[in-house]
Amino acid sequence: MPLNENEFRPKIVAFCCNWCSYAGADLAGSSRLSYPADVKIIKVPCSCRVNPMFILRAFEKGADGVILCGCHPGDCHYSTGNYYARRRMTLLFSMLDYLGIEKGRTRVEWVSAAEGVKFSQTMNEFVEKIRSLGENVRLGDLRCKN
Amino acid sequence: MQELVNRAKELLANGTVQRVLGWKAGDMAYNPEPSYFETEADLSDFVYDAFCGANLSKYMIEASKKEGKTLVFLKPCDSYSFNQLLKEHRVDREKAYIIGVGCKGKLDIETIRKQGVKGIEEISGASMDDACDTLKIKTIYGDKEVSYQSAMLERCHVCKGKDHVVYDEVIGESRDTVDGERFSEVQRIESMTPEEKFLFFQKELSKCIRCNACRNVCPACSCRKCVFDSNKFDSAQKANVDSFEEKMFHIIRAFHVAGRCTDCGECSRVCPQGIPLHLFNRKFIKDINEFYGDYTAGEDIDAEAPLTHFEFTDREPNEERG
Amino acid sequence: MLKIAKTDLPALFQKIAETKDLYLPIRVADQVNFGVYTQDADVSLETLKTVKSPKDAFFPQSETLYTCNKTENKISITPEELQNKEFVVFGIKGCDVKGIEVLDKVFLSEPVDTFYKARRDHGILVALACNEPEESCFCKAFGIDCTDPKADVATWLVEDVLYWNPLTEKGSALTDAVKDLLSDADDSKVKEQQEKTKAIVEKLPYMNLSLEGWNGDVLTEKFDSPLWEELYQPCLACGTCTFVCPTCQCYDIKDYNTGNGVQRYRCWDSCMYSDFTMMAHGNNRNSQMQRFRQRFMHKLVYFPANNNGMYSCVGCGRCVEKCPASLNIVKVVKAFQKEGGDK
Repeated sequence: MPLNENEFRPKIVAFCCNWCSYAGADLAGSSRLSYPADVKIIKVPCSCRVNPMFILRAFEKGADGVILCGCHPGDCHYSTGNYYARRRMTLLFSMLDYLGIEKGRTRVEWVSAAEGVKFSQTMNEFVEKIRSLGENVRLGDLRCKN
Repeated sequence: MQELVNRAKELLANGTVQRVLGWKAGDMAYNPEPSYFETEADLSDFVYDAFCGANLSKYMIEASKKEGKTLVFLKPCDSYSFNQLLKEHRVDREKAYIIGVGCKGKLDIETIRKQGVKGIEEISGASMDDACDTLKIKTIYGDKEVSYQSAMLERCHVCKGKDHVVYDEVIGESRDTVDGERFSEVQRIESMTPEEKFLFFQKELSKCIRCNACRNVCPACSCRKCVFDSNKFDSAQKANVDSFEEKMFHIIRAFHVAGRCTDCGECSRVCPQGIPLHLFNRKFIKDINEFYGDYTAGEDIDAEAPLTHFEFTDREPNEERG
Repeated sequence: MLKIAKTDLPALFQKIAETKDLYLPIRVADQVNFGVYTQDADVSLETLKTVKSPKDAFFPQSETLYTCNKTENKISITPEELQNKEFVVFGIKGCDVKGIEVLDKVFLSEPVDTFYKARRDHGILVALACNEPEESCFCKAFGIDCTDPKADVATWLVEDVLYWNPLTEKGSALTDAVKDLLSDADDSKVKEQQEKTKAIVEKLPYMNLSLEGWNGDVLTEKFDSPLWEELYQPCLACGTCTFVCPTCQCYDIKDYNTGNGVQRYRCWDSCMYSDFTMMAHGNNRNSQMQRFRQRFMHKLVYFPANNNGMYSCVGCGRCVEKCPASLNIVKVVKAFQKEGGDK
């Protein structure tokens, strides 16, 4: 991707579960699939480790988009973690929508350890989406801007 | 009301209960406070009228740690909160003797003041024995009449029902007070554009003074140590003018009680800045009902709680809302 | 005495706002608080009590003290600038003016709080007398005359006229700046209104609250009273009373991590909170009874002990109106009276 000084480079935080999605990211890397460097991966033990506060905190500190990746439903290393995460994120995203935060700034994707291609595709799409939405102003803390 | 006092005296005298948890008459017509009564003589200050909006169920967490039984008076909506606490093992059913009290809708002094009433000396029409149609208010600036209906707390307009879900006995009559649609305000906001939504909440939350009254009064907020009080993370920011802190606090406050909030409306009642905090909780309730089937927290002690339960076929978070 | 028609007030506000920041009671989302004047602000001078007191203008709920920034290997420290521009607080009531006097005792005595002092030096108080005090008011108990506020400028809103009387040098300077809009007036209408208001004050239930027995010398007697154990029970441990209070002055200093630096700020704290004055060894008041007692002991005993008998309550009645559990300082004082009578 060409680098332009003035181009908006979004900050993306990706929470990836240790067992599937993080391994999926590894596979994407070792398969030489590219995805934008704007994505910063944070490894979590399970998608259900992600407290809604993690997501809000990421936005507060300047993230423009937050994506949560976990094992496919049914494949959770801990059997059911991602099912709980699914309900929580559904409610949280709906609440953010209700508060007037742009749809699309948050996302959940199920990426298995074998889906390097899906990982890279998902990240490319998500970064593209955030680019089109522009900078996150509604959920950021002004103090973190300087 | 006398019936309640008599019954309380009886139960104290025969040793069924060690203390009574009720409301004590204030020094004005509208400010009774939650109070413990330990003797028959104490009960001379007991009051139960339309200004006894305070939900006593949260006080039962502390009362459960005391020696012996506590007699507690619960309004129909309070009994949902008590039941929810019971489900979470925060109160001890064995330590409580519950008298369900009737409710004709509770009054909000702020709403009365908003109607231009000031310098209040006396209010009549707020007793449980009254017809509760009109409040006659004597003020230094002349006599005023306010319709009872118009002076009710928001929650009473959309009351869940006048049946107690947990009690040992029920005393007193209730009256249907519903004249509004519970989710209409939530729907109104949902239909706004993102910009309008954002401005609406920005304006409301800009008033927040982080006094934590909404959290401390909430019967569902029963953690011994709140994440917003913990100095181990930088979540304990106390007061802050930056609007983000307030948003995060209110989203997380509502999220932490999602699926457990009985919509008792105490948060909105106590907010010194009149922020409609129930709109956060009710949004979660509405979503839970729509996504995972109707659920009323506190209604059934054995029901599966929506956030500690799942279905294989649950919707995906990214799905557009239809 | 000068005057200006009520209809000309927007012009007056505009004129003041041209050169100075102007704080006055503004309605936002149905609640009136002091805020900065803008042309489309919904100014509400009729409101007797703003939810929060105007102490924010001098002692903001949250203010940055300095900022540390890290760029590569260097750390730069930027102190916050002190207030250096004049500003006007318009429509402050007599009780709240007295509240600022209480704050002065705390922040202007050694060591002087420079942030507060800078704001005090640059702030001009334009007080507005009360016409219709309410049942929760008890300013008279603290010797405050709500019909005759002592500030840089005292004003009275009678019928459709605002009467204006500068009382200090700062007040005269402000008067000169807006002279074109004011005209001479006699004070007969004001006197008349004052008498009317005073008659109302006499009728209000809390106004003649007796503070007998509360002074700086009763520390152990009051501190050890068994009454506290009873009184605190309904308290929810929220900070509403302390945050709406015009005299509560406790604060905390905290750091905010901005990601590439630290902002050190101070914000109001409340003695009702469990982490109030938290130290390495823990907290020195570890039950809600102790915290509840602290608030009233501070206002009615500790403060007078250190300030020649001056109470740190001004009887504005905000806590009376706002406490979620209907507790307040009046109930506490009355409970002790009753106890005294029973003995």
